[in-house]
Amino acid sequence: MSSGLNRLTDLEKPATEDARLKRIQTALKRYDARPDALIEILHIVEESYGYVPLWMMALLAKEMKVPPSRIYGVVTFYHFFSLKPKGEHTCVVCTGTACHVRGSQRVLNDIEDEFSVRAGETTPDGKLGLQTARCLGCCSLGPVTVIDNEIIPKSEPEKIVALIHEKAGI
Amino acid sequence: MNASFTITIDNQSVEATPGESLLEVCRKANIPLPVMCDFKGLSPVGACRLCLVEIEGVPKLLPACTTLVAPNQAVHTQSDKLRKYRRMIIELIFSERNHICAICVANNNCELQKMAYELGMDHVRFPYLTPVCEVDASHEKYVMDHNRCILCTRCVRVCSEIEGAMTRDVMGRGFDARIITEFKQPWGDSTGCTSCGKCVQVCPTGALTPNDAAQGRLKKNPELVALLIEKREAKP
Ligand code: SF4
Ligand code: SF4
Ligand code: FES
Ligand code: FES
Repeated sequence: MSSGLNRLTDLEKPATEDARLKRIQTALKRYDARPDALIEILHIVEESYGYVPLWMMALLAKEMKVPPSRIYGVVTFYHFFSLKPKGEHTCVVCTGTACHVRGSQRVLNDIEDEFSVRAGETTPDGKLGLQTARCLGCCSLGPVTVIDNEIIPKSEPEKIVALIHEKAGI
Repeated sequence: MNASFTITIDNQSVEATPGESLLEVCRKANIPLPVMCDFKGLSPVGACRLCLVEIEGVPKLLPACTTLVAPNQAVHTQSDKLRKYRRMIIELIFSERNHICAICVANNNCELQKMAYELGMDHVRFPYLTPVCEVDASHEKYVMDHNRCILCTRCVRVCSEIEGAMTRDVMGRGFDARIITEFKQPWGDSTGCTSCGKCVQVCPTGALTPNDAAQGRLKKNPELVALLIEKREAKP
């Protein structure tokens, strides 16, 4: 965990923007980007992405005016946060109210059954990390699932399971 | 100013002002206490635990640097129990990283080494953890050798509280805890570091050194930083 230094290029924000980023930006607005809201914001990041990407820390450092070393210190202090996606592939199922009402639980159950993995865990072969989030901020598209970096609106359980098979090769 | 009161330290009456720490009061009264993480003028953190004292009526030992004075306190700074704990603490510090004085640039110029002599450490009873630690030599003027770091965080505090650059902090916890610059980047990549060298001057060990220091020839000048802090505090 401690070895290996990060490079400047690791801090560059990826070109693609999606609902997750919007969710973070909304949260930043809601908290007025106050430095003391760092932990709350990081929770939302971890939930949305399944980990805290370095480029996101760089973004937060800038927006919230918190020193980079402080953010990195906080992320590595709490076991709740991770620096890397937990599996080779990640699947985040939104279980927020809107998605729940539209059947996200079935999506989650089917994934758990099919791949023998529980939410918050990674398959023993490390191929798939499964997580849940509470509202990704695009409720009208629910139930929402994110596989790797792709947001899948109106998720149907069978389709999601098939997509994971395809993407993760399992 | 708040009304001062008296406390007793080692059965001697000493004047104290509300808000002061026990360490500050000891200093004013010339009562010596071993300290390692404390640096006068930087905010106290209670990281090293060497300044532990006994307070009558309090069942546990408390660090003098982060414990505030209170009326009628009766404090003891010297006892067999305290000496035992201080010895144990310094041994634990030595066992955590790789402090091989004979080959260290800071040999004979090291506060940690000096402290070990003062506390009469003749050997270390605990197994050495011998972690494999990085050496970051990417900065144009300074080197950070994590093998010698005791995580006192003096460098972190001087960088944020005095220099105002805030480039350093601690990552992880326990065995994995490390001092980092920025997003755990090579120090030389830091865009916030002003290369002021304050961290190097206040570092009590050979963890932070100028990169041209020959082995055993290190000269550090923590007094310079202490003076700077004093001047800033005195500024009208
Ligand atoms: S050289 Fe100065 S600015 Fe750079 S890390 Fe050390 S204290 Fe901070
Ligand atoms: S580098 Fe030096 S000053 Fe900084 S925490 Fe380590 S021992 Fe203390
Ligand atoms: S509840 Fe799922 S996106 Fe809002
Ligand atoms: S000097 Fe008080 S705990 Fe280090």
